[in-house]
Amino acid sequence: MDVTIFMQQMVNGFSLGSMYALIAIGYTMVYGVLRLINFAHGDIMMVGGFLGYFGIAILELPFGAAVILAIVGSALLGMASDRIAYRPLRSAPKISLLITAIGVSFFLENAFNVFFGGVPRAFPVPAYLEVVVDFMGLTMPVSAILVPIITACLLAMILWVLYKTKYGMAIRALAFDVGTVNLMGIDANRIITLVFGMGSALAAVGGIFWAVNYPSVEPMMGVLVGLKAFAAAVVGGIGSVGGAVLGGLIIGFTEVVVIAFLPELGGYKDAFAFIFLILILLFKPTGILGIDFEKSRF
Amino acid sequence: MILKIDNVTKNFGGVTAIKETSFSVAPKEIFGLIGPNGAGKTTMFNIITGNYEPSSGQVIFRGEPMDGLKPHQIVRKGIARTFQNIRLFSSMSVLDNVLIGFDFQARYGFLESIVRFPRFIKEEKRIKVRSMEILDYFGMASFAHEKAVDLSYGQQRKVEIARALATNPELLLLDEPAAGMNPSETEELGVIIKKARNDFDLTVLLIEHDMKFVNQMCDKVLVLDYGKTIFEGKPHEAIQDPEVIAAYLGDFHND
Amino acid sequence: MGITVSKNQWMNVAMVAFAMCFIVFSSNYFDEYSVRILNNIAIFIILAVSYNLINGVTGQFSLEPNGFVAIGAYVTALLLVSPEAKQYQYAIVDPYPFVMTLHANFVVALLLSGIFAALLALALAAPVFRVRGDYLAIVTLGFGFIIKILAINNPEITNGSLGLNDIPEFSNLYWTGGIAIIAVIVILNIVNSKFGRAMKAVRDDEDAATAMGVNTFKAKTLAFCTSAFFEGVGGGLLAALLTSISPDLFDFFFTFQLLIIIVLGGLGSTTGAIIGTVLVIGGSEWMRFLDEPMHLFGYTTTAMPGMRMVVFSLILIFIMLFAREGIMGKRELKDFFTSRKKGEK
Repeated sequence: MDVTIFMQQMVNGFSLGSMYALIAIGYTMVYGVLRLINFAHGDIMMVGGFLGYFGIAILELPFGAAVILAIVGSALLGMASDRIAYRPLRSAPKISLLITAIGVSFFLENAFNVFFGGVPRAFPVPAYLEVVVDFMGLTMPVSAILVPIITACLLAMILWVLYKTKYGMAIRALAFDVGTVNLMGIDANRIITLVFGMGSALAAVGGIFWAVNYPSVEPMMGVLVGLKAFAAAVVGGIGSVGGAVLGGLIIGFTEVVVIAFLPELGGYKDAFAFIFLILILLFKPTGILGIDFEKSRF
Repeated sequence: MILKIDNVTKNFGGVTAIKETSFSVAPKEIFGLIGPNGAGKTTMFNIITGNYEPSSGQVIFRGEPMDGLKPHQIVRKGIARTFQNIRLFSSMSVLDNVLIGFDFQARYGFLESIVRFPRFIKEEKRIKVRSMEILDYFGMASFAHEKAVDLSYGQQRKVEIARALATNPELLLLDEPAAGMNPSETEELGVIIKKARNDFDLTVLLIEHDMKFVNQMCDKVLVLDYGKTIFEGKPHEAIQDPEVIAAYLGDFHND
Repeated sequence: MGITVSKNQWMNVAMVAFAMCFIVFSSNYFDEYSVRILNNIAIFIILAVSYNLINGVTGQFSLEPNGFVAIGAYVTALLLVSPEAKQYQYAIVDPYPFVMTLHANFVVALLLSGIFAALLALALAAPVFRVRGDYLAIVTLGFGFIIKILAINNPEITNGSLGLNDIPEFSNLYWTGGIAIIAVIVILNIVNSKFGRAMKAVRDDEDAATAMGVNTFKAKTLAFCTSAFFEGVGGGLLAALLTSISPDLFDFFFTFQLLIIIVLGGLGSTTGAIIGTVLVIGGSEWMRFLDEPMHLFGYTTTAMPGMRMVVFSLILIFIMLFAREGIMGKRELKDFFTSRKKGEK
């Protein structure tokens, strides 16, 4: 096998995996504090992509400013969804929360579909991201190299917040026991909203990566990516940020490698994430780095 | 001996919740498991019910090791329980709550229930009659069609015990049965438990904080502290044991 | 007590008789459009009451219906389309030889549709019910996607994204309505047996159910497989009503519709599922105007396909936030009669 082709695919896998990882972190953090599979998370990523598009194509902002617009807008949307749709249901049965999340997801998809149309819109990628560079015999666009680097920086930031700040400590405490956090004199609701904001900001970055890579945005783009990212979070171990990254990379690599080397299975690439998910549930339900949330407490 | 706890240890990660504990409960005994908070009583309960697997040691019920059995299988062997914070099925009537206890004793299959076979009708009638008898025993028959959650706390506690008895147990585990009850309700509960022990041929193992209640009820107590047995014997002797007093004082001190 | 039971039984018999008379009357006197909607309603009643069994009664949040309905639809379609019709349909690749020989009558086709779906549910139950209930949502959602991917990528069997056409139009109100009546009776009989009680116990408090000796894994699996069976049958009826099916028909929207139905009717109530079906399927016809250009105050808006979906998702969020019990809560029709009786006493 050709080493360059192999290396090339590795870089692609790393790039795709990073995108899944960014979105998976949001799932895993929200699940940690609320035990909620936030179905709307993939759609927040879609909104992030669209905001970036609007920023560049309509407001004619420079790319960097559009990215900031996307991040801030998505974070606010994520926090608003928590404030409006999820917070009133804190003491409701879990199933109500899940149904609401599906409602929010369907609302975002269809509202964007109605108002902006279902046809993919070409995403104006700045020329400097499309420059193809030659690196140790590998040719690839700058964006493919930037994605993993930016992901690593964001991951470092998230870990810093989680482990070095007061809020991070509260988030981690909340993942285990709501009572303790209230004892610490911190409002659990505020922490949960903060988690939605952080997760949504990361999803927006993922959405921009996606839009740059394909290069287009459309209202349903978050559905499948969101599901795969959730599968990644479970594979890595739900509740663990490191697990989300690991799961995202595993699923990204698998998709790229299988398509590259077993093209006859290409039609099934969207199924791999779920097959992984089912296998992990069968053999190690807590995921690779997972925390056992399952233990019943009497 | 109906229940034998044989050298049981339970570790959670690095923490030892129960350390090499052994004790035996004789048939028809009311046995109290007491100790300060965090002593490992609830952990012991969860090991007996199969919710936790012991790290080492064995639970032996009627001479049969309970290793590897799932919680619902252990219930079917004849060990029933109640919960500290009453856990009735909130959407169901009192009668349906008790009928759940007969789930594994009703002898009809899935298809028989779909086509309403005669055996289905006969069995449903049988378990309904039995459930009403149990409710009647606790003076709760007139509430059979009320929603369980609409009852008072004391009544809910009785329904929960009735529901546990519906599984036809030989050993009944009561997790702080007097918790949250006023003195007269506690008094009434004590009478019922003693009476039920005789009428249903029960052995009772209970966790309780109310030492007065323990003293009245129990034939024998085991005092746990930090997962270790510090006393086993008659309840009135326990209260005088210096080690037990020290353990409880420590507990009060911490509070 | 004895009198109440037989009174209930009489009421049930009367309602079944009424439903049958309605079916006969409407198939003879209603226009084609109304009959079509009634057929839809009947099929969605089958789907909704069975979906409610796993989601509402057992409290296990599954998003499976589109997958199982698709399985049922494809099984029925493959068994009903005549060999001649198959011969010219497979445009992408030649079908496997066995596809050409598949043939069965309508009843067998529907039964096999249900059985296939139920077996798949059984296979999924093992991984899914080992962990918390909410993973079921993601796995079943993923499963729906996999079914669609399989249908697209196996044109030798399914004719790929072109789907299958010329399915004989066997479904009529007698079939759809008749099977809807059977499905409702079967589901109610399950709910009112020890199996249904165990399912409700799992929903209310799984740990407490276990402590009563209930095998909760079995209760969940039973509910999941039963609901898959009827969803398969419903899919078969749908295929024989629409006469052509393709993978796109069974996307997540299909499940979303059913979710709205059972939430609106009241999660856990079979009566509610029926009421919800009539309101949502009927309402969805009525709301067609939302997708079309509107004339407001002299202005004409452009057509907005999908507006109905926006409205539906807002309704869903609204119910969850402000009227979580839906129309019926967890009650059934008979509860209204029995509670009145108690008042008299």
